[in-house]
Amino acid sequence: MVGNIAEAEDLTQEAFLQLHRKIATFRGDSAFSTWLHRLAVNVVLMQLRKKGLSLISLDEAMEPTPEERPGRSFGAPDLALSGAIDRLALQKAIDDLPAGYRLIFVLHDIEGYEHNEIAAMLECSIGNSKSQLHKARLKLRETLRMHPQEEGRR
Amino acid sequence: MTDDANELSCAAFQAQLPELIGAGVNTAEHPHVQSCELCRTLLSDLETIAEAARQLFPIEEPPDKLWAQIELRIRTEEGSAG
Repeated sequence: MVGNIAEAEDLTQEAFLQLHRKIATFRGDSAFSTWLHRLAVNVVLMQLRKKGLSLISLDEAMEPTPEERPGRSFGAPDLALSGAIDRLALQKAIDDLPAGYRLIFVLHDIEGYEHNEIAAMLECSIGNSKSQLHKARLKLRETLRMHPQEEGRR
Repeated sequence: MTDDANELSCAAFQAQLPELIGAGVNTAEHPHVQSCELCRTLLSDLETIAEAARQLFPIEEPPDKLWAQIELRIRTEEGSAG
């Protein structure tokens, strides 16, 4: 989710510390796993904020700047992706996604969470989760079509 | 799919896509997709990306030393609080 193992380990450590500090506030309103995952995601979001993602609200935070948004998909069909996707190119394209898109893409398409679970974790609407995931996939498609191999070689 | 009417139709269809895909609807059977190569290609690409992503990352297990570090920090916090 942060694209860096050392940083992921630091955040894992921070998440467990937060768990230790806040476990007494768990009231059982949601499943413990949902509560814990939300806590961990909040640790990640805090880190993203520190790294310069200006967050006023989660919805705004997840909305990339206009130049980061995926274009509409009325391009020529002959530029379509060809079957298999280069693994490194995809990895690089995911790393380059705007943070909000990457967060939902990783939670849904890689970790396998459902939209209702993501909405509960991120305290956003289910529609917002669906919309952000779709935009993330469009952005990846755009990147992979522009740089099908170069992305993976950098 | 180059005239305005068709482009609008693509725009309208693509505006519905997040909800259709999120709801698990079989978009391949949607009337617009049946007649639009561009949107068929788009859907195929999105599915290819999602499928590739599912196979992308092995589950990363944190190293053993990480848990030792976490225990140490928790003990340190408890010590300073008590």
